[in-house]
Amino acid sequence: MLYREAGQFKTTYAADQQLFPIRQDRIGVIALLAVAFLGVPLFASEYWFSAILIPFLIFALAALGLNILTGYAGQLSLGSAAFMAVGAYAAYNFQLRIEGIPLLVSFIFAGLTAAGVGILFGLPSLRIKGFYLAVATLAAQFFIVWCLTKFPWLSNNSSSGVISTQKLIIFGHELTTPVEKYLLVLSIVVVMALAAKNMVRSSTGRAWMAVRDMDVAASVIGIRLMPTKLLAFAVSSFYCGVAGALYAFCYLGSVEPDGFSLEMSFRILFMIIIGGVGSIMGSFLGAAFILLLPIFLDVTLPFLANLFGLPFSSATVSHIQITVFGALIMFFLIVEPHGLARLWQIAKEKLRLWPFPH
Amino acid sequence: MNFFFEVLIGGLLSGVMYALVALGFVLIYKASGVFNFAQGAMVYLAALSVVGVMEWGAPLWLAVILAFVIMTLFGIATEKFVLRKLVNQPPIALFMATIGLAFFIEGLAPMVFGSAPRALELGIVDEPIPWILDNWNMVISRFDLVAAGVASVLVASLALFFQYTRVGRALRAVADDHQAALSIGIPLQNIWAIVWGVAGFVALVAGMMWGARNGVQFALTFTALKALPVLILGGFTSVPGAIVGGLIIGASEKLPRSTFRRSCRTFLAATSAASRAGSRMFWRCCSCSSGPRGCLAKNTLIACKGR
Repeated sequence: MLYREAGQFKTTYAADQQLFPIRQDRIGVIALLAVAFLGVPLFASEYWFSAILIPFLIFALAALGLNILTGYAGQLSLGSAAFMAVGAYAAYNFQLRIEGIPLLVSFIFAGLTAAGVGILFGLPSLRIKGFYLAVATLAAQFFIVWCLTKFPWLSNNSSSGVISTQKLIIFGHELTTPVEKYLLVLSIVVVMALAAKNMVRSSTGRAWMAVRDMDVAASVIGIRLMPTKLLAFAVSSFYCGVAGALYAFCYLGSVEPDGFSLEMSFRILFMIIIGGVGSIMGSFLGAAFILLLPIFLDVTLPFLANLFGLPFSSATVSHIQITVFGALIMFFLIVEPHGLARLWQIAKEKLRLWPFPH
Repeated sequence: MNFFFEVLIGGLLSGVMYALVALGFVLIYKASGVFNFAQGAMVYLAALSVVGVMEWGAPLWLAVILAFVIMTLFGIATEKFVLRKLVNQPPIALFMATIGLAFFIEGLAPMVFGSAPRALELGIVDEPIPWILDNWNMVISRFDLVAAGVASVLVASLALFFQYTRVGRALRAVADDHQAALSIGIPLQNIWAIVWGVAGFVALVAGMMWGARNGVQFALTFTALKALPVLILGGFTSVPGAIVGGLIIGASEKLPRSTFRRSCRTFLAATSAASRAGSRMFWRCCSCSSGPRGCLAKNTLIACKGR
C-alpha cells in the first residue's frame, strides 16, 4: 500500500532510465538528503558531528569503494586501508608542494593517485584469483604502510611519518567548525554515491558483474577481462583514496601510516559483509552498523554489568567488542549472506502488499 | 664461510617455525578447501590455554593435554556451528567466515585466560650448543634444533597418518573430491571435524614453540601473516610444499640481513633495509611467476618436467 508502484507509467525513455524509477523511492531519497543537509546541522551536537556522522560518511565512502571491487567485480581486496593511506598522503603532498592548488582539486588528484596505485596492485588479478589475490592485496597493505614510514619525503620529513593536514579552504572560505566539515564530507559522499549508483547500472557495472559471476563466460560474450578488472581496481581505489583524504583532512587532522592498519581494512570489509556485498545502500548500512555497535556496547555493557553485579574493566569491553564482531560476521554470513541491504529489500517487498498481503 | 653456514642454518631452523604454522593452513585447505584465516588466532588460543591452565596450578603435561582437548573441542564446534551451515557457499564466503572466527577467538581467548603477555617455560634453553660451538665455531641454538626435531616428527607422523590409516585414506579421498567421497560412504562432516581437530593440534605445537620463543602474547596471531608467503611459495595444498617453503623463506629472510650486509655493506644497504617487506614482495613475485599454485603444486611440477 505504502510502497506500490501501480499507476506510475513510464512514457519516455528518460523516465524509464532514471536512477530511482519508483516515485516513493525518489521522495524518500530527497527527504533523506533534505534531512541530512538541512535538518541534521540544525539539531545535532558537536560530538555527533565529529565522533559519529563524519566518520560514518567517510567509512561509508571507503566501504562503497571496496564494494565496487569486491561486491560488483568480485575481486576480494584486503588492502582498502592502504589505498586510503595513499589518498591521505597524496592529498597532503599535493597541498604541500603545489602552490595554491584548490582543496577539491587536490582531493581529486589524491583519488587519481590512489587509483594508479590500485591498478598497480590490481595487475596480479589478471593471473590469480580468490585467496591468492586476497594475499596479493594484503601485500599492498603492508608494502604501502612500510613505504610511507620508510620514505620521509612522503611525510615532509616528519618523525615516524605523522602528517598534520593543511587548513580546509574552499573558495576562499576556511572550514573550521564540525558542521562545515560535515557538509563538505556529505556533499562529496552524496555526489560519489550517486555516481557509483549510476556506474553499476551502466555497461561498465554490468561488465563487472559478469566478470564476478563467471569470468570465462564474461570473456566469451566479449567482455575484455583485463580492462574491466583494472577499471574496477582503479575506481575502487579512487573512492578509497578520496575517503582517505577526507579521513585525514576532515576527521582526524593528523594521521600516521600505522593508523591505516590491516585492522582498518578488515573493518571496511566487515562493513560490506554486514551491510550487503554488491549493494550501494549496503555500504552505508554496514558502515553505520560497524561504527555504532562499539558505541552501543560501550554504553550498554557497563549498565548490564552493574545490573548483575559483575566485575568489569575496559579491557573486557574491548574483548567483548571483538568477540561480538567476530560472532556477528559469522552470523551474517550464515543467516543472511546478502546483509542488511537484503533485509531492507525484504521489508520493501512486504510494504508493497501491506496491509493486505493477499 | 663459517658465518654464512651459521646464518643459513639459523635461517633454515627458524623457517621450520614458519612451516609449523603453514602446516595448519595446508591441512584444512586440503581437506575442506577453506583458507583458514583463523589459524594464527588458533595458535594464540592454543598457547594461551597452555599458559592459562598452568597458571591454575597444573603441571606442563596436564596443561598440554587440556589444551589439546580445548583445541579439539573448538575445532569440532567450528565445524558444527559455522562450516556445516556454509556448505555450498562460495569459497570467499567461507574465507570471510574464518576472518570472523579469528576475531571471535582473539576476543574470547584473552577474556578467559587474561591478556597480559606471559612466558611459557618448556624446559629447553634458547642457548647455543657448546659442542657445535667448540668444534665448528658456529652458534646453533638448542631450542631451534628441538623445534626442528619436533616439526620433523610432526610432519612424519602426519604423513604416516595420512598414508596408512583408514581415517587418513578417507581424508585424502575427501581432499580429492567431496562428492565422490560422499558417494562411497565417507562421512564428510566427521572428516571435517577430524581435520579441524588435527589443525588444532598443529596449532598447539606451533603455539608452544612460538610461545616459548617470543612469549605468549597477542602478537602470536601475526604468525599467520608470516606463514602466508610460505603458503604462496609452497602452494596451499602441499604438505612438503609448506616445509620447503618455510625453509626457503626462513633462509631468505636471514641471509640478506646479515651476510650481505657484512660483505658488501654499501651496495646492499637498501636491500637489507628492505629485507622484511622486500623479501615478502620478492617471493610473491616469484611465486606468481612460478605458477599461482605454488612451486610444488602438481601441475607446476609436471610443467617443469615437460620443459
